[in-house]
Amino acid sequence: MIPRIYIPGDSGALALGAEKVAKAVRAELAERGIEAKIVRNGSRGAYFLEPMVEVATEKGRVAYGPVKPSDVKSLFDSGFLTGGHHKRWLGAPDKIPFLAKQTRLTFARCGINDPLSLDAYKSLGGLKGLQNAVAMAPADIVKQVTDSGLRGRGGAGFPTGIKWKTVLDTTSERKYIVCNADEGDSATFADRMIMEGDPFVLIEGMAIAGIATGATKGFVYIRSEYPHAVATMNKAVEIARKAGVLGVNVLGSPNAFDMEIRVGAGAYVCGEETSLLNSLEGKRGVVRAKPPLPAIQGLFGKPTVINNVISLASVPIIMDKGAAFYKDFGMGRSRGTIPIQIAGNVRNGGLFETAFGLTLGEIVDDIGGGTSTGRPVKAVQVGGPLGAYFPRALFDTPFDYEEFAKRDGLIGHAGITVFDDTADMLKQARFAMEFCAIESCGKCTPCRIGSTRGVETIDRLAAGIEPEKNLALVTDLCNTMKFGSLCALGGFTPYPVMSSITHFPEDFKPAPARVAAE
Amino acid sequence: MNIKADFPSLVEEIDYGTPESRAQKQVTLSVDGRSITVPEGTSIMRAAMEGGVEIPKLCATDMLDSFGSCRVCLVEIEGRGGTPASCTTPVGEGMVVRTQSDRLDAIRRGVMELYVSDHPTGWNEKAGTGASEFDTVAKSVGLTENRYGVEGRNHVKEDGIAPGHGSLAVDYIARDESNPYFTYDPAQCIVCSRCVRACEEVQGTFALTIEGRGFESRMVAGMHEDFIASECVSCGACVQACPTDALREKTVIEKGMPERSAVTTCAYCGVGCSFKAEVKDDEVIRMVPYKDGKANHGHSCVKGRFAYGYATHKDRILSPMIREKISDPWREVSWEEAIAHTAKEFRRIQYQYGRTSIGGITSSRCTNEETYLVQKLVRQGFRNNNVDTCARVCHSPTGYGLGQTYGTSAGTQDFDSVEFTDVAVVIGANPVSAHPVFASRLKKRLRQGAKLIVLDPRRTEMVKSAHIEADYHLPLKPGTNVAVLTSLAHVIVTEGLFDEAFIRERCDWTEFQDWASFVALPENSPETVGKLSGVDPELIRGAARLYAKGGNGAIYYGLGVTEHSQGSTTVMAIANLAMATGNIGRPGVGVNPLRGQNNVQGSCDMGSFPHELPGYRHISGEAVRDIYESLWGVKLDDEPGLRIPNMLDAAVDGSFKGIYIQGEDILQSDPDTKHVAGGLAAMECVVVHDLFLNETANYAHVFLPGSTFLEKDGTFTNAERRINMVRKVLEPKARYADWEATQELARAIGLDWNYTHPSEIMDEIAKTTPSFANVSFDLLDRVGSVQWPCNEKAPLGTPIMHIDSFVRGKGKFIRTEYVATDERTGPRFPLLLTTGRILSQYNVGAQTRRTDNVMWHSEDRLEIHPHDAENRGLRDGDWVRLTSRSGETTLRALITDRVSPGVVYTTFHHPDTQANVITTDFSDWATNCPEYKVTAVQVGASNGPSDWQREYDEQARNSRRIASLQAAE
Repeated sequence: MIPRIYIPGDSGALALGAEKVAKAVRAELAERGIEAKIVRNGSRGAYFLEPMVEVATEKGRVAYGPVKPSDVKSLFDSGFLTGGHHKRWLGAPDKIPFLAKQTRLTFARCGINDPLSLDAYKSLGGLKGLQNAVAMAPADIVKQVTDSGLRGRGGAGFPTGIKWKTVLDTTSERKYIVCNADEGDSATFADRMIMEGDPFVLIEGMAIAGIATGATKGFVYIRSEYPHAVATMNKAVEIARKAGVLGVNVLGSPNAFDMEIRVGAGAYVCGEETSLLNSLEGKRGVVRAKPPLPAIQGLFGKPTVINNVISLASVPIIMDKGAAFYKDFGMGRSRGTIPIQIAGNVRNGGLFETAFGLTLGEIVDDIGGGTSTGRPVKAVQVGGPLGAYFPRALFDTPFDYEEFAKRDGLIGHAGITVFDDTADMLKQARFAMEFCAIESCGKCTPCRIGSTRGVETIDRLAAGIEPEKNLALVTDLCNTMKFGSLCALGGFTPYPVMSSITHFPEDFKPAPARVAAE
Repeated sequence: MNIKADFPSLVEEIDYGTPESRAQKQVTLSVDGRSITVPEGTSIMRAAMEGGVEIPKLCATDMLDSFGSCRVCLVEIEGRGGTPASCTTPVGEGMVVRTQSDRLDAIRRGVMELYVSDHPTGWNEKAGTGASEFDTVAKSVGLTENRYGVEGRNHVKEDGIAPGHGSLAVDYIARDESNPYFTYDPAQCIVCSRCVRACEEVQGTFALTIEGRGFESRMVAGMHEDFIASECVSCGACVQACPTDALREKTVIEKGMPERSAVTTCAYCGVGCSFKAEVKDDEVIRMVPYKDGKANHGHSCVKGRFAYGYATHKDRILSPMIREKISDPWREVSWEEAIAHTAKEFRRIQYQYGRTSIGGITSSRCTNEETYLVQKLVRQGFRNNNVDTCARVCHSPTGYGLGQTYGTSAGTQDFDSVEFTDVAVVIGANPVSAHPVFASRLKKRLRQGAKLIVLDPRRTEMVKSAHIEADYHLPLKPGTNVAVLTSLAHVIVTEGLFDEAFIRERCDWTEFQDWASFVALPENSPETVGKLSGVDPELIRGAARLYAKGGNGAIYYGLGVTEHSQGSTTVMAIANLAMATGNIGRPGVGVNPLRGQNNVQGSCDMGSFPHELPGYRHISGEAVRDIYESLWGVKLDDEPGLRIPNMLDAAVDGSFKGIYIQGEDILQSDPDTKHVAGGLAAMECVVVHDLFLNETANYAHVFLPGSTFLEKDGTFTNAERRINMVRKVLEPKARYADWEATQELARAIGLDWNYTHPSEIMDEIAKTTPSFANVSFDLLDRVGSVQWPCNEKAPLGTPIMHIDSFVRGKGKFIRTEYVATDERTGPRFPLLLTTGRILSQYNVGAQTRRTDNVMWHSEDRLEIHPHDAENRGLRDGDWVRLTSRSGETTLRALITDRVSPGVVYTTFHHPDTQANVITTDFSDWATNCPEYKVTAVQVGASNGPSDWQREYDEQARNSRRIASLQAAE
């Protein structure tokens, strides 16, 4: 048997040097005259171990990581092709605690095989969901998805099945499935990982969505910062089309569904669903007022399912194993699993898919292993740049849509960013306003002018100018933005600002007092 | 008369915030405790306003779809979280809405405070007019301070220095004063996008956009150009939509906000837009389109909205003038002397040359009442029927063609009908230029998905412009209308696309069969017609199929149909097509002539033709003559009188010697200028009643100063037969309104006329004309406007005609044999000239040339295809000589492929160009409507104006001398 070496082609791994490792491995193979197959798999998501190189041995996969190019020679010397011991030896990948502790439903296949091998996809249970779906009535598919309790993973947490039902019930000669892959939140990478590591699961999910709602055309709107995901998705769509997964007869059924990959133009706000639709139509990426809901008047004015990548990628497992199976995971009204993306100043950064319900403390301290600097954790921002900052005092909050909302937070797209005790929360609050000012589409006034005024007012606060008045003004402004903004960009910017002010009031004390305290 | 008492204050219109819902189902909700029932789909904002609860708003206006950007209209809905915008949230059954609460007040104040922090009012409370919606909302939400201060980033810079010129204010954008009528001050912009949306949704030009994002967002014209350099057509929709002073009429900035207004009707084209004429200190400050105007629904074009400056132009003649010979300078005289002189001359001429030696021309620019009086003067006073009107040279074939086939001489629909059209066919018309407000409505419908077929030798703006494109453009050779239309009928008949049920019920089946056998002849097949018309046969077939089977098909046509030797035949061919496909008698269909002038429909209705009494009743009818004879106390001549061209011929022959011309410049607008000049020169008393010393006045002996539409009461009838009120907002500058001047003349020749107000003239019209029986100024004041017929059967008028049966009984199919015009190209004159209009100029330009509209079109240019230009060695902008059998003129070339090879095109707005020196005396076989649209010409290089132009210019200058002014100089 020719040895198989797995070196991730995932852009996270590439950023950590996977390409150089691959080059070194190739060179070493050539020099040693060894014939081996290098498979460019996706990432399993344990980024603190990337580049994680795996070899297939008689006893199964053996992982090594993080591998530096300089490690390659010694890996060969240690007999890594047969699982030999080495300082980078991690053993069987599924036994690595960070991965072993996970519940992988959506990401079950991600990072294991060549993402563009449809055979490999099928060998690990792929297409079973779609096979089931083509034999079902649309309303029954929608019911399965509704019963599974799946909620939109983009951040809003709206029940996916209900959205689909609206589209199914709206009569139109044309409907669309749009996948929102404009993953712009800082510290999030779940969408990218699945598109690069298991693209067929997204294609399968979209095809099911199409059959369920009567849509025959899908678009994936991918941010331009994800060139690898774009390339992988394009190739995967081509392969799926040739294999009859997409086309006029999906899996030989009378159902038609095809899709295209579209690339964004660099605006964060185009991750907001209505701006995304405008952008997809070739218009200015500004937010549309709702109603009308996209489910009734969406892309080109037609009924449109617009779902996040993870929502759609979670559908095949539901259609494969059934609604009850999926719903069995989780807590409260948050059912199934959620891919938590742990980033920032953290020891074990990566993607951790698990059932809803872990506490924030378990995620940060136990799974994330605390800060990478070793200093105490001061704050955790959950839900991207518009999420609230939680102090240690709130670490007992279970990872659940409603529990976070109760504490004026949000789980959003489930990205969490860890900060140690050197973080200045006034600067973080200012950053939130600045981010909003840079990314605002400019349509509604609270966001367009408010974010700029927010930066200016916080600057005055930092300079110690009329601190009480300016703190009151920021608070008023946050109220205006939260309730007055047209979309979540302006509407959620107050979360990081107000949570900083509420939980870290000492950082907002007038400058002289702060200097004295330091 | 005290004008102020007539309209003491500004006419205020309610802005409901969002458009009306047309849903049938009613929904009841509660707003602040009031129960309100509205159609489903209505916004909460509109429902509240209808129930008397005004919710503050800035980005919403009922002319535009809701947008939801300003965030001051937020409300609370019981059982729903958050504070949804009332403009974008539709009503729901049983919904309980609160528009006032502490939370809502705080958000609204918070939003307004943000606005003010980036607006001149943040610096200076008195900035702007203080009268904008923005100012009102700021007050209404109780905003008292700007806690953000004025030190932060902003678009306001009082020093007015733009970045790059020493200013550090990166966001400051200098004021754009390039448009002659309004300014754009980006500092006052609140980025509500109302202007951008108005340009898109209402006007359909898409000239404006928001540039930049976030705080940098700001409206810009075109590709960040000055307004004047952009695609902006200056319709004013953006200015009207702007809730701040960012887009503001220059007159308002210079002279302050108007104080009083009256609703009146535009005096330009046949669309007949309603405007509020807004006045301050007896000066018109601005014309604001009136939302309740049923022709325009609150929209306007550059002419009606802004080009009223001619009314106070220094060229206006305010004193009557007379002279012995046309080579003499003018002598200013009193009205009494001028009237007495005219009466004496007319009496002398009739005594010397006979009863029929004088006549009159009514004006399509004057009111119905004035037109009625001029024809009455001719019939009752001159005792002949020598009356004609400028419709002779535009839509007389419409009257004839539709009269023959349907039984009425007018369009079949109202303009609202276009909202139900599925396939629009535009023939020989360019509404984007000539009927812009209707064009905007048509384009809106096209953007909603209606299909479009255009028959035009030129690739007009209708064929392709922003977000619209014709499905079929048939670029036919000028003069081949009948062949192509008959060929469309050929396809409809031979492919069985006709509506047999409709034809059997509504038309004469035998006549249809005769017609069908005619159109089915091989000579009418697209393949044969394609060769002579230059149109691809497949285009003819495709267009015919689409019109016949594409749903509601509506035909709109203009002078490109009528101004041909077969104009009347073309109108009948159009009427045939509509009947054959069942496209008559309901909303969305019909045959719609786009009338050129504000009251050309009315002037025709009022008996301006030599063979017809008011209401299109032939002069030979004894019963009809009886009505007038008993009322007027004279015996009427039962023989039709002379048409304009006959009058001129008779003048040249020496049998026609005197003419009273009210508000028409026949020398410039009628074909074959040299012949017109010859006719006028042969007369002994030419009386011109006009605002200006127009070209015809060069040959006049008496000049009576006219009054503008702002200076009189009356009615205009637009292209949809709609009778609209014209209301006096200013005293006549030259003492008499035109109807009064005509009355003075009538009295001077011995008629006992005693009208004290135009309403009495309308009462006489109503009493004597069945189709106007119910019309009165009282009715019009009450209901706004009505479309004739308006009588016992239709007390509030008739929006759509021929609903159950044709006016004439059975619709009549008439064979339309194509006869090529005698005007043919040959070796000496190888090109075909066709003529038309441009948006910013109107007709002969007497008015628009005296406004800043000249900024868009300062001269007439000759459009020529690059191929023809290349053959002649012509470059863009070169002076070229345009020669026909009739004459020659020079103008500058505009090289464009909008015209096909072999076709050249020009406008006739400027007297220097004298395009009608070129046009020939060929005319419609039935009505004498001149063949303006086809002239065989040659084009060659030139060094400048022709001899004729130089001589003409010299003669015109000479004949315009006024003695008293000469002395003063």
